[in-house]
Amino acid sequence: MDDLRLTERSVDQTDIKISARNVQVFYGDTHAIKDVDVDIEDKTVTAFIGPSGCGKSTFLRCLNRMNDTIDICRVEGDITIDGEDIYDRRVDPVQLRAKVGMVFQKPNPFPKSIYDNVAYGPKIHGLAKNKAELDEIVERALRRAALWNEAKDRLQTPGTGLSGGQQQRLCIARAVATEPEVLLMDEPCSALDPIATGQVEELIDELKQDYSVVIVTHSMQQAARVSQKTAFFHLGNLVEYGETGKIFTNPEDKRTESYISGRIG
Amino acid sequence: MTDATAPLPAARATGRKSSSILELDARTRRRNAAEARFKTYGIIAICLGLFFLVWLLSAIVRNGVPAFTQTFVTLEMELSAEEVAAAEASVVKTSAYRDMIRAELIEQMELNGIETDMTPEVLGQLLSSGEANQLRTWVLENPSSMTEGATVTLPFLAASRVDGYAKGRVTRESLARDSNLSPAHLDLVDQLEEAGIVERRFNLAFITGSDASDARPEQAGIGVAMLGSFFMMLVVLFLSLPIGVAASIYLEEFAPKNRITDFIEVNISNLAAVPSIVFGILGLAIFIQFIGLPQSAPLVGGLVLTLMTLPTIIISTRASLKAVPPSIRDAALGVGASKMQSVFHHVLPLAMPGILTGTIIGLAQALGETAPLLLIGMVGFIASNYPDGVASGFLDPNSAMPAQIYEWAKRADPAFYERAWGGIIILLGFLLTMNIIAIILRRRFERRW
Ligand SMILES: Nc1ncnc2c1ncn2[C@@H]1O[C@H](COP(=O)(O)OP(=O)(O)OP(=O)(O)O)[C@@H](O)[C@H]1O
Ligand SMILES: [Mg+2]
Repeated sequence: MDDLRLTERSVDQTDIKISARNVQVFYGDTHAIKDVDVDIEDKTVTAFIGPSGCGKSTFLRCLNRMNDTIDICRVEGDITIDGEDIYDRRVDPVQLRAKVGMVFQKPNPFPKSIYDNVAYGPKIHGLAKNKAELDEIVERALRRAALWNEAKDRLQTPGTGLSGGQQQRLCIARAVATEPEVLLMDEPCSALDPIATGQVEELIDELKQDYSVVIVTHSMQQAARVSQKTAFFHLGNLVEYGETGKIFTNPEDKRTESYISGRIG
Repeated sequence: MTDATAPLPAARATGRKSSSILELDARTRRRNAAEARFKTYGIIAICLGLFFLVWLLSAIVRNGVPAFTQTFVTLEMELSAEEVAAAEASVVKTSAYRDMIRAELIEQMELNGIETDMTPEVLGQLLSSGEANQLRTWVLENPSSMTEGATVTLPFLAASRVDGYAKGRVTRESLARDSNLSPAHLDLVDQLEEAGIVERRFNLAFITGSDASDARPEQAGIGVAMLGSFFMMLVVLFLSLPIGVAASIYLEEFAPKNRITDFIEVNISNLAAVPSIVFGILGLAIFIQFIGLPQSAPLVGGLVLTLMTLPTIIISTRASLKAVPPSIRDAALGVGASKMQSVFHHVLPLAMPGILTGTIIGLAQALGETAPLLLIGMVGFIASNYPDGVASGFLDPNSAMPAQIYEWAKRADPAFYERAWGGIIILLGFLLTMNIIAIILRRRFERRW
C-alpha cells in the first residue's frame, strides 16, 4: 500500500505542488470539508469558487495549517507539498508557513508602520543582511502589491491608518516579501476598487512565473481572468475541478453550471 | 433570487395605518417616557455617588489637614560647652537637657513680661516630653553651636494638649478632667502665642518621621511606615509582574484548552475573591512558621501581598490578551512567525496598556491592604527606627502605611485620631500618583501605534 503511494507521488512530483487526498475537516461536529481530492500545480493560478460558507477558506487554511490555531478544528486525510506530508509529525508549521504564504479574507495589518509590516517577515526569516537590503525588499514587495506610489512617502506611518483596500494590498506586500513558494489568497480583492484589483491581478499573473497561487474569489470574471485551473466547492464538497476555460464554458456538473450562471448563491 | 421578483402580497394595506410623523403615537410616547425615566435614574445614581465622594473627600481634608501642622515653642538657646559637658556627665542625661529647655522658657517668658507662679516642672508640661532627647541629639550632632555667646533658635514641639488647643480640639472644660495640663496652662499659651513664642506651622516630621509611643502623639510620623510600604511594594512589583504576566501568557496563548486549564482558570478567579486575611494566615504558616523568615518584615509582607495581587494581575492580563484581535495572531503566524514571536512581537505590545493598568491597580490594592499584615505582625509594631540599608529595609521589622493608620486610629488619644486622617491623605496621595502613572504609561504605549 505504502509502496504504491510512493511511486504515485514521484510521478506527480514534476509539476504538482500541492496534492490533497481524502481531506475531511471538522469544526467540532460540523463536517465542513468532505472528501476533497485536489492537485494544485506549480506555476499556476488555481481559483476556488463557490457559494458563501461552502468551505473555501477552510480548505485554503488547511494548506498552510492555519487551522491548527482553531482548537475545535480537526483535519483528516493527506496533504502533501512537493511530495512531503504537511501534517507529518516532524513538520514544524512555522517552517511550512514561511513556504506557503497567506493573505487573509479580512485585511489584518499589524498595528505598526507600513515599513515594519512589510519588513517583519523578511526580518524574522533573516532574508536581509543589512538595512539597505531590507529597504530593497520592502520597496519591491510594495511595488508588486501596487502600493508603492501611495505609500512611499509615508512608510513610517501606521499601516492601520490606510484605507481598507490599501490595507489589503499591504497584506499582499507583506505576504510576498517573505518570498513564499505558494501564495494562498482569500478573496484578496473583495475590498479593492477596479484599478487596484487590476493591479493585484497583474501581480498574480506575475507571481505565477515562479510560484503557485491559490485564490479564493467570489467574482466569476476574476476567476476567469486570472486562473488556469478552477475548483468549484459546494456545501463542503469539491464538485468540479479542471481547466478554467472548461469549467466556465462547459461544466460537467449541473451545480457548477447553476452557480456560474448565478442561480446558486 | 428568483423569489425577489415575485409581486408583494397585498397584506401591507391591512397592517399599519399610515399616520403623520409630526404627532407621536401612543407607542412612541411610552418608549420616550421609559427612556426619560431611565436617564433620570442614571443621573440620580451619579449625583448620589458624587455626593458621597465629595462628603468623603471633605471629611478627609477637614480631619486630616491639621495633622500636617504642629504647634512649636521657639526658643533662643544659648548653649555653652560646660553646660553640655555637665549634662553628659550626669546620670539621667535627658533630665539635664530638659532643665536647660525649661530654664530658657522661663527666661523668655520673663523677657516678654509673662508672669506665672508655676514651678518649672509644671510649666514644662507645655513641652513635648520627647524634646529633651531631641535637643541632646541635635547638640551632639552640631557641636559648633556651643560657641560662647552665640544663640541658636530652636523650635521645640509643644505638648499634644497645647497643640490640640491651637487646633480647637482641647478646651478649658475638657482639661478639667485631664491630669496632663490645666486651664492655667492655656492662659499662658495664649500669652506666649501673642509674644510669638508659641506658633503653629507646617510639620515635615509628620511625613518623614517615625511612630512614637502613646504618650507623645505630637512626635509621631508616618515616614518609617512609608519606607516599609515602599520595600513591600518593591517585592510585590518584582514578583507579581513577571510571574503574573508569564502565567497569563502561558494560559492564554500556549496552554491547551482542557479540563486542567479550565480548573486552573476557575481557581484563579476564585483566588481573586478570597478575603485578604486568608492570604495573611497562609503567609504566616508558610513564610514565617515553615520557611522561618523574620516576623514583621516587609519581605514577608511583600510575599503575602504578592499572593494576593497575583490573581488580579493574571485576570487583567488575560483580559487584555483576549482583547487583542485574533486576526493579529493569524497575520503573524501567516508570515511564518512562531507562536512565541507572534505573542512577543505583536500581541504583548498591544496588551501592554491593559497589563500595566491591571498591575498598577493590583499594586494600589496591595498598598492599601491591612488585614493580611495583621497576621504577620506588621500591625501593632511601633516602627521607630529607619532601616539602615537595603537589606535591613527588607528584613527589619517595620510597619506599613495602612497598618500605621489603623494603629493610630486604635489609640485613645484624639491627637492620634487626627494623625490617622493625615495618614489617609498621604496614602491617597500615593494611590493618586500611581493612577496617574498608570494613565501616563497607557498613553505612552498607545501612542506608539
Ligand atoms: N472557526 C470556526 N468554527 C466553527 N465553524 C466554522 C469556523 N470557521 C468556519 N466554520 C464553518 O465552516 C463552514 C465553511 O466556512 P468557510 O469560512 O470555509 O466558508 P467560505 O467558503 O470561505 O465562505 P465565504 O465565501 O463566505 O468566505 C461554514 O459552515 C462555517 O460555519
Ligand atoms: Mg471565506
